Amino acid sequence: MNKAMYSGASILLKALGEEGVDIVFGYPGGVVLPLYDELYLQDKIKHYLVRHEQAALHAAEGYARASGRVGVAIVTSGPGACNAITGLANAYYDGTPMVLITGQVNSALIGGDAFQEADIVGITRSCCKHNYLVKDVKDLARIVKEAFYIAQTGKKGPVVIDIPVDVFTSKYTFNYPKNVELVGYNPNYKGHPLQVQRALKTLFEAKRPIIISGGGVVASNASVELKEIALRLQIPVVHTLMGTGTFPDNLELSLGMMGMHGKYCANLAVANSDVIFAIGTRFSDRITGCLKKFAQDAQVIHIDIDPCSISKNVKAQIPIVGDIKNVLNMMIKELDKQNHKINLEQKEKWFKEIDEWKTKVAIPRKTSSKLSAITVLEKIYDYTKDDEPIVTTEVGQHQMWCAQNFKFNKPRKLITSGGLGTMGFGFPAAMGAYVAQNTLHNNNKYVLNIAGDGSIQMNIQELMSAVDYKFKVINCIINNGYLGMVRQWQEKIYNKHYSQTKISSPDYVKLAQSYGALGLRVEKEDEIIPTLKQAIDFDGPSMIDFVCENFEMVYPWVLAGQPIDKVLLSREEE
Amino acid sequence: MSINHTISVLVSNEVGVLSRIVDLFSGRGYNIESLTVAPSIDNIYSRVTIVTKGDDGTIEQICKQLNRLIPVIKVADLSLDEAIEYEIGLLKVSINDENRAEFMNIIAQSGAKIMDVNDKIYTVKIDGKEKEVQTLAELLRPFGIKEFVRSGKVAITKSGQFSTFKNKKEETDKINI
Repeated sequence: MNKAMYSGASILLKALGEEGVDIVFGYPGGVVLPLYDELYLQDKIKHYLVRHEQAALHAAEGYARASGRVGVAIVTSGPGACNAITGLANAYYDGTPMVLITGQVNSALIGGDAFQEADIVGITRSCCKHNYLVKDVKDLARIVKEAFYIAQTGKKGPVVIDIPVDVFTSKYTFNYPKNVELVGYNPNYKGHPLQVQRALKTLFEAKRPIIISGGGVVASNASVELKEIALRLQIPVVHTLMGTGTFPDNLELSLGMMGMHGKYCANLAVANSDVIFAIGTRFSDRITGCLKKFAQDAQVIHIDIDPCSISKNVKAQIPIVGDIKNVLNMMIKELDKQNHKINLEQKEKWFKEIDEWKTKVAIPRKTSSKLSAITVLEKIYDYTKDDEPIVTTEVGQHQMWCAQNFKFNKPRKLITSGGLGTMGFGFPAAMGAYVAQNTLHNNNKYVLNIAGDGSIQMNIQELMSAVDYKFKVINCIINNGYLGMVRQWQEKIYNKHYSQTKISSPDYVKLAQSYGALGLRVEKEDEIIPTLKQAIDFDGPSMIDFVCENFEMVYPWVLAGQPIDKVLLSREEE
Repeated sequence: MSINHTISVLVSNEVGVLSRIVDLFSGRGYNIESLTVAPSIDNIYSRVTIVTKGDDGTIEQICKQLNRLIPVIKVADLSLDEAIEYEIGLLKVSINDENRAEFMNIIAQSGAKIMDVNDKIYTVKIDGKEKEVQTLAELLRPFGIKEFVRSGKVAITKSGQFSTFKNKKEETDKINI
């Protein structure tokens, strides 16, 4: 047994080392000083300094989602930890494995309203998977082990470890536990064999089947299995925003994204299906629209690792609790065994209907001579598609235009804030994604952040971090002078009362330059590619201000509360 | 249909576990009609008995969401099974010479017990089903109830099925079938 004594700070870093952590994002402060001192004295873990704690969390999430590993962030107590809440909630919603280390005031002072004290375990309870307050240095190694285990098993998510400053300085031996013992936590990975058989039988008999692929397929790394199932059973696939890239967009069976701004054919196919095979989706209101009228004829087969997601919004007739990859492999084995012949005639009519729906697409219409955001994104996609860069987005119109106009054939290529819808997510997430590809694959390819003029201003301070570390993040700002998505709702539903949605911007070119980044502006269509090329060739972060049409709308559009087959395709269609 | 359900939750007896449960109910808009918490036979576990209201879908979600909490070991909806349910009511009533006889009669018939007599204030204890406690309170209301304290409900199934230790994995398997 190892009898050497270590400080809590040292134990924490050793434990992180045991978990394979070599990257952390963070921001120092009073009570985490002992930890930052330990960080200073070692070189195994690289710490990236951000400019705001929220960005540390988003960067850790970008890192986690690009790599599939656990993202780690360190912040100080009180304000530092409070600033991290949005990032934590975002990761919780989107099921991203993360561990957040927060400093806490001296344990003797807890509850006494000490300087920079906040009840972080209390505050974060409802926006993380689990949290710990470490009261004794003896528990620290075990808690870190448990935190990493909880973060990356079951439905993945963030775990908070709140560590008082005296625990960082107290001494204890270091023995990292090999196993975790959590009586109350045993995620079910297997999937029930009888349910799997029932699911297959239902899919064989279906005349109008559809697969909905969600973010769970990314989390479970099950794209290959999904593709095999869809191709062998010849079932068309739609995906949610979080499921982007799980089924290659270039395949015939792919109908694209469904939901509020999903494709007409994707929404119609789901609405008219007789069997929905939902894989790793929680049926958010953004994909179901009016729940009562959602796919009324459909039987629902639902695989999810999280029993809570099943029958929460849409009742599942065949629920399968389990890891998606495992369950799909069980189905594939069963298919091999049964040697079932797929009867294509049975679905002939269905494919014909879908082909007809495919012809109905959104009709964008420009109202001025300014650049169309859709054109900008089409051109960016077209120019960068062979590089297959990681794309992050902020939240709003640009996010939807990006999801609609970029094609993704691989998972983990689009990193976006799906559940919480956090403006300011994209830029720091792009930094984290860049770190992931750079350190894990030694790949210094650029990362694209598709942004809006509203969103980019929410974490614009990160330009400094990006410049310091030479992150090759290209911020493509779709600058339409409005908080476009909110304005779009105001135009349609609130009588064009543009209440507080007209938003001004700094001179992004000068701003970028003042930080030491590359700032560029595009006002004409023929400048798009040369400018983009300039940014790609630049060794560091850049900002391109695309001065766009103010009133462009995102179509297709299903208004909130409407059934998903009530799709608007243009302004005129009312 | 929205009816009362008694949910029995076995939890690890650790700091903050009750807040996690209560936060879950308030955060997701579920009701708590009553709540009882005490350590189980081993001090490392506690039993939480929650009476809540909701349709079948809501109750299913409540059970699943409770199961999702890391310190929660087992969740059972006792309403699905034949269960023995108990609660306790303590009442203080002011009694004088005129109404004493009637009061004593009610106490005798209801199975309640006089715990304390103090300067015309009688303290009475009743245990039994929710309805029995409620009935006694109604009967004593005309006497002038000074104070009424009732416990939450505790409950246990008659069969060995739910009361014994059962981990969450089996619980999720059950959902599968």
